[in-house]
Amino acid sequence: MRMSTGDNELAGWAAAGDADAFRALLERHYDGIFRLAFRFTGNRADAEDVAQDVCVLLADRLGAFRGDAKFTTWLYRIVINACRDRARRRATGQRATADFAAVEDLRRAADAERGEQLAWVRDMLSRFTEDIRETAILVLGEQLSHGEVAMILGVRESTISWRMHELRKGLKQMADDDR
Amino acid sequence: MTDDFKRLKETLRRDLPPPDAYARRAALTAAMARFEENNASASQGIAAEARPSSSDGTGPSSIWSRIMNAMKPTRSGWTPALAGGASLAVLMIAVVSTSVMRPDLFERRVSVPPPLEKPARVDADEAAGTAAKPEALPEENRVARAAKSDPVTQPAPPSPAPMPSAAQDAMRSFGRFALQPGTVLGYAAPDAEAPAPTYRDQGRDRFEAFDANPVKVVAEAPVSTFSIDVDTASYAFMRARLNQGVLPPADSVRVEEFINYFPYDYAAPDSADTPFKANVSIMPTPWNDATKLMRIGIKGYMPPASETARANLVFLIDTSGSMQAPDKLPLLRNAFRLLLTSLHPDDTVAIVTYAGSAGTALEPTKVSEQAKILAALDKLSAGGSTAGAEGIRQAYALAEAHKVDGTNRVILATDGDFNVGIADTETLKDFVARKRETGVSLSVLGFGAGNYNDALMQALAQNGNGNAAYIDTLTEARKVLVDDVAATLQIIAKAVKIQVEFNPAAIAEYRLIGYETRVLEREDFNNDKVDAGEIGAGHTVTALYEITPIGSKGRLIDDLRYESSGKPPAEPANEIAFVKIRYKQPDSDKSTLITIPVTRADEVASIEAADADARFAAAVAGFGQVLKGGRYTGAWSIDDAIALAEGARGADRFGYRNEFLNLARLAKSAQAMAPLRE
Repeated sequence: MRMSTGDNELAGWAAAGDADAFRALLERHYDGIFRLAFRFTGNRADAEDVAQDVCVLLADRLGAFRGDAKFTTWLYRIVINACRDRARRRATGQRATADFAAVEDLRRAADAERGEQLAWVRDMLSRFTEDIRETAILVLGEQLSHGEVAMILGVRESTISWRMHELRKGLKQMADDDR
Repeated sequence: MTDDFKRLKETLRRDLPPPDAYARRAALTAAMARFEENNASASQGIAAEARPSSSDGTGPSSIWSRIMNAMKPTRSGWTPALAGGASLAVLMIAVVSTSVMRPDLFERRVSVPPPLEKPARVDADEAAGTAAKPEALPEENRVARAAKSDPVTQPAPPSPAPMPSAAQDAMRSFGRFALQPGTVLGYAAPDAEAPAPTYRDQGRDRFEAFDANPVKVVAEAPVSTFSIDVDTASYAFMRARLNQGVLPPADSVRVEEFINYFPYDYAAPDSADTPFKANVSIMPTPWNDATKLMRIGIKGYMPPASETARANLVFLIDTSGSMQAPDKLPLLRNAFRLLLTSLHPDDTVAIVTYAGSAGTALEPTKVSEQAKILAALDKLSAGGSTAGAEGIRQAYALAEAHKVDGTNRVILATDGDFNVGIADTETLKDFVARKRETGVSLSVLGFGAGNYNDALMQALAQNGNGNAAYIDTLTEARKVLVDDVAATLQIIAKAVKIQVEFNPAAIAEYRLIGYETRVLEREDFNNDKVDAGEIGAGHTVTALYEITPIGSKGRLIDDLRYESSGKPPAEPANEIAFVKIRYKQPDSDKSTLITIPVTRADEVASIEAADADARFAAAVAGFGQVLKGGRYTGAWSIDDAIALAEGARGADRFGYRNEFLNLARLAKSAQAMAPLRE
């Protein structure tokens, strides 16, 4: 019977020093890391940087993976933290770099249209708190269940449901205000 | 449900653009490097025993031959006569001798692993008596598909079949290093012989557009003024493109840089008082028998080794994701090791890295402290620490803080990302020019293709009194950082300008070949405020003019009908032209003038009678012009350039001229193919 080796198993071997297992993990999850980072950062350059940082970080952190949670849950938490770090650093004086990267990014014609739509999303989401923003991206973008998102963000499931409720309420409020 | 919520949901759910294959690989490579680093301490003991004795090709002798291979100027140009090159190689081996046991100091070459043949693992499996052996991971299929859909990407080595952890420990104790050749995870060591196929950006290289210098009528504009140019980036870029099988974009071809890539055996000055000597000669033009070629050859003074000035070098290294490609950071790392061999033990080097944020990776360290420098060098890929300050200011601050009496230089190594902390190009140029006044100069080493910003590199190096070089192979690194290190680092004359006045009684028309981006106004020649190029120790600089004697059939411009010019003299004058050269001593603001009259005595009657250097320079000039479109070279072809250069190779101590011949042949086949998107 052919079966695929589970993430958790691979992670365990990698943590024990197996380079091949580590590479297999990276190969399997890079795209997901990049996608999530793209949703959070809104541009390719930042997403690529975050994805690389996360991959390198994995080499250091793998030993801390317990194996009692889903690997992606644990991984997404790292990605989100990396994005938070980046946003924080950016806020303290890396503005020029960010703008440069963003402009450079939009030049790539293929991304331009999506970039515009993402800009709208970012604009909308920027009116909410960080908690709600992250929740929205994970629930709506990654289409994860409230339970999974709760695990990733380390809060109760009911908190996620409440945040989604707040998001809807806020959006409706804004729409009404515009009228 | 609000409309906005729906829109938010739909937009967020839309497919995102796929990750860039290149960035993906860079990330994986960086992560694997960190992984190996983290696990290195655990396996070191086994490594030291297993590697040298194993027959898998990683023993010391094969490392030696690999280094020798990498340092070979060309396939055929390596002879025992290359004493200089060879002894440097020996020196370098001495430097890394403690690391011979660690081949990982040199980037390993990717060897295609045998398809999932992992005997040691299978053995281990059986030893552990495990029957259920999971194999054929789904992502292998995915990788294979990805490789198919992206033919330029080198397929990643297939993931091996993982094994139950019960067998892991058994395997780790003996199998790990025997497996090494099949599980190589490093990147390719780019060398001239086996360029690794890698994904490349296309068409994002930026070059300043320019037209070839026009033909001038001596009666109207008898004076030609230009600044010398010792850069060679254009040549190396051309080579990199040709090695990929495509012609370089016409705007990337600067003929003078092609000519000046090669050392010529001109007579040298005797002392530093006259920092250089100029030689002028005239020969028939190979591509036009109605005109002649006037060559101005300058040779810089080469101080004896005991007198070379101390150097204080600060490397400002781009460590962004894109620099992880095998022909960039790994190549730079090896180039850096080469440089260490050619510096004085008391010279200092420092490293500042930048990739969004900047950090000092190595405080100024004496070259004698090899181990410390090499250790810092190995950590470069890790991304660098975050110190907050801007890269370029940090680099200059370090250089200024440790200023020596000699060369103080910042060396920027990048693949086109000038995100060094000053975003605006003009501000950056001004900054560099201002710092030049304080005695810190700037050189730029360019790496990789696809995003290469040539125009800015050139501008920065010119403003910074330094030079720009494009590093495409380890051979090129050796040329710039070892063979020419004196010329690269030690300036013996600055603001070198050449002005040629042609005698209308002897010459009807002239055309300066190349130097388009270096042309100066006539009045700039005597104005010491106008900066110009530098000459390094032992450097040769060559300029060629195509000149049309009066009465020649080869004139391109007719006489004016209404201009009552005096009748041309029956007998052409003996003095053809008057060459003036102005330069400043490195520490002076006042210029000195050298004058050389050019007479018929400097002329040879046939191409064959010209010296080999002149013929070779003519061949290279012709080749460069053909690549640029051949506006003035008529029916002359690359074949003619090859024929002319073939007989003019001379001693060719480093094999550069041989390499040129190979490139010219490559250009012939590349001509036949459709150009890549510019």
